[in-house]
Amino acid sequence: MTKLKVTVAVTGLNNIDSPGPGIPVIRGIKESNDFDVRIIGLAYEHLEPGIYMHELVDKTYMIPYPAEGKDALFNRLMEIHAKEKIDVIIPNFDAELFSFIKLEKKLEEIGIKTYLPTLEQFEERNKSNLPEYGKKYGVNVPKGAEVFSVSDLNNALKSMEYPVMIKGKYYDAYPAHSEYQAGLYFSKMSAKWGLPVIVQEFIKGTEVNVIALGDGKGNLMAAVPMRKQYITDKGKAWGGITIEDSTMLDLAKKIISKTKWKGGMELELIRTTGNKLYLLEINPRIPAWVYLAVGSGQNIPESLLKLALGIEVEPFTRYDVGKMFVRYSYDMIVDLELFSKLATSGEL
Amino acid sequence: MLIKGNIALSDNGFVFNPSSGDSFTMNHTGKEVIMLIKEGKTINEIIELMLEKYDVDKMTLERYLLDFMNDLSSNSLLEE
Amino acid sequence: MSKQLFERPTITKLTPGVPSKHGAGTVIAPMPLIDGVKVDDLIEQYGSPVYVFSERTIRKAMEDIKRAFSLRYQKVQMAWSYKTNYLDSICRIFHKEGSWAEVVSGFEYDKAIRNGVKGENILFNGPAKSALELEKAARNGSFIHIDHFDELFMLSDICMSKNIEARVAIRVNMDIGIYPKWDRFGLNYENGEAWDAINRIMNNPKLKLMGLHTHIGTYIMSVDAYRIAASKLAELACSIAQKFDHYISYIDMGGGFASKNTLRGAYLSGEDTTPSFEEYAEAITSAIINSQIKPDKLPTLILETGRALIDNAGSIAGSVLANKRLSDGRRATIVDVGVNLLFTAFWYDHKIHPVSNHSGLVEETTIYGPLCMNIDVLRPSLMFPSLKRGDRFVITRTGAYNNTQWLQFITTRPNVVLIDQNRKVHLIRRAETLEDVAANEFIPEYLG
Repeated sequence: MTKLKVTVAVTGLNNIDSPGPGIPVIRGIKESNDFDVRIIGLAYEHLEPGIYMHELVDKTYMIPYPAEGKDALFNRLMEIHAKEKIDVIIPNFDAELFSFIKLEKKLEEIGIKTYLPTLEQFEERNKSNLPEYGKKYGVNVPKGAEVFSVSDLNNALKSMEYPVMIKGKYYDAYPAHSEYQAGLYFSKMSAKWGLPVIVQEFIKGTEVNVIALGDGKGNLMAAVPMRKQYITDKGKAWGGITIEDSTMLDLAKKIISKTKWKGGMELELIRTTGNKLYLLEINPRIPAWVYLAVGSGQNIPESLLKLALGIEVEPFTRYDVGKMFVRYSYDMIVDLELFSKLATSGEL
Repeated sequence: MLIKGNIALSDNGFVFNPSSGDSFTMNHTGKEVIMLIKEGKTINEIIELMLEKYDVDKMTLERYLLDFMNDLSSNSLLEE
Repeated sequence: MSKQLFERPTITKLTPGVPSKHGAGTVIAPMPLIDGVKVDDLIEQYGSPVYVFSERTIRKAMEDIKRAFSLRYQKVQMAWSYKTNYLDSICRIFHKEGSWAEVVSGFEYDKAIRNGVKGENILFNGPAKSALELEKAARNGSFIHIDHFDELFMLSDICMSKNIEARVAIRVNMDIGIYPKWDRFGLNYENGEAWDAINRIMNNPKLKLMGLHTHIGTYIMSVDAYRIAASKLAELACSIAQKFDHYISYIDMGGGFASKNTLRGAYLSGEDTTPSFEEYAEAITSAIINSQIKPDKLPTLILETGRALIDNAGSIAGSVLANKRLSDGRRATIVDVGVNLLFTAFWYDHKIHPVSNHSGLVEETTIYGPLCMNIDVLRPSLMFPSLKRGDRFVITRTGAYNNTQWLQFITTRPNVVLIDQNRKVHLIRRAETLEDVAANEFIPEYLG
């Protein structure tokens, strides 16, 4: 059987200590038996490691930050598309999804496919909407509030117990044990990710996650639950293990079918000592630990690519329980020549 | 006034300072000035050459060349 | 042979997190023209800085908003928000487009009358109307939007003692799930104050309840907030119809639509995140149409949209005064537009475009105004090309509030021009002179 030739552009090449999902997504796609893939990396910074991983990324282009607006992004993508003929783009950063969702139609018109949730689905699962989301879909969520100023924050803290979690609009979360600490993290989060900042009740328990893929019609195409085994000081999993947990899978199924979610997602959950599941966050994209799902039998990136291309896909029904991932870091040697070429021409 | 001997300058305007590990990019006039310095031209010669080529008055040019030289020196790209 | 354009030589250190022109994609397009007119010509003729308004942009915005709403709802009336921009020529363009006037002071009220607006086409808002102003508005048949009980009682007294009638509406504030709650204006919905006021008005023979008004805030990015507000007002209208068999003639949804400027502290560009008129229109009109109000009794929908109609039509063209390096190595550019002329710099990240072409290389820059004050910062940090003294630039989307909240400080305020639909330029407010500013001063004899 001949493999289908496709060109796939991927963001999130920041395979650093708090990694983006780009590289594991590419590994999944490259392992597919059905595709002959050319990978175009889309990078924001010169030192995203994926840029220099030539065995995985065929060519990289720098693209403008989401804050520059979707038009700047679209113009740059047009330039790249003219040279590369991109078939599918898989964006992997929360902060860029808004722009890509807004551009979905325009990209489709020039022949670039995506596989993304709708803007309504994307906004609805926003951290700041979590309490409402919990009510609407019958899911336990921690108490929380969105705050726009320090006085707001102090008001919110009056009815909460320490520690509390202070979370940025897009990324980052820190536990605060005092009003003073909460104030510090508030300034840090608002400077980095804008307003509002989310303050949330701290729920004690075990961190468990589910990766899931929805087809936009309410069908759960893939789902693998995982328990974090080792967590870095940035709150990222360093090691994790797939677990057998029907309540988590049921929750994923319920959320995907009720919201008709399209694309990849990650449910961040806490299981309390009383065995109650709390939903902390819904990440609207494939998480960085996706390769564990691939390794335990569900090649989610490949399925997503097929769905984007309009190829029929059967939902996954099983995965290996007890598969582990252990993350490691690795120093590549890079010639200054490459860095200089990227810095001055914007491509490599 | 001399550019440090070990400074690597590439055609595309990329500069690398091996002693500090810093890298820089320049705009086309910046690159032109550095090339002229490397060729051993004096500031006055550079001013003459650029006045001929660009639509700019002498005072403005001197002012911005001075700024640029300060930037080079504060980034340790010039011989003391 | 003509000489080449000179650009300041620059060298920029590459540090992680500070992307190059490709990474940042900070493609700051040069802006040689405003609505087809050369910025260089404008500055040469009218000086620097100069405020520039585009009539085409204003009329296009009006056309867009009218189309968005009238496609979905039969009776729509726009009312120009004077406080957003009360330059007479600007107001008159809106009136020619069919807008009524929405005013919040006696000064604005008189301005509207001078601009030829009929008394019965003025909406009088605000918490600070005087007895004389109320009487004048009542006699002219203007719509008086009552803000608090003291005003209700005052108006009632005036009408009784002078034996006149007043056409009124009440301003209602309510919880619509957004921050901040604007509960300092109007009467509250949830605690029953609004209903109480309605009852008092309905039982007062001198006061005619014409409409319900709300104004949920400013720069509201959530169309859902409007949906909730409109349905609450519609519920209130139904309750009035049920109890008094009285049908109000309008629902005034106020203003607050966002323009395409990017708010300070926002991560994404306002150009991407600001809802369109269609989205606002869909939320508001569907809430009213889907309410319990009988189809033949649907009230007129009034909109007091200000910012979203005028912000994009105004620009300020100015010049660079100087460049310097700050102690931390950042570049600072000093320009001739200060925060006294660009009040909105306090809450927007205004876009600034150089007039002429540049190489595309940008550097982190702070843009300062010319005032001798520490707060005079137009942009604390942006990626900006290197401009030299005398180079010109355009700050876009400055049409809202800057010509009403501007301050005359340490110097006089500059010219304001309007580019008409045929690209002809008109001076609509001349630059102030020392005489203008000193004209109202008196010197006691002993200081003479």
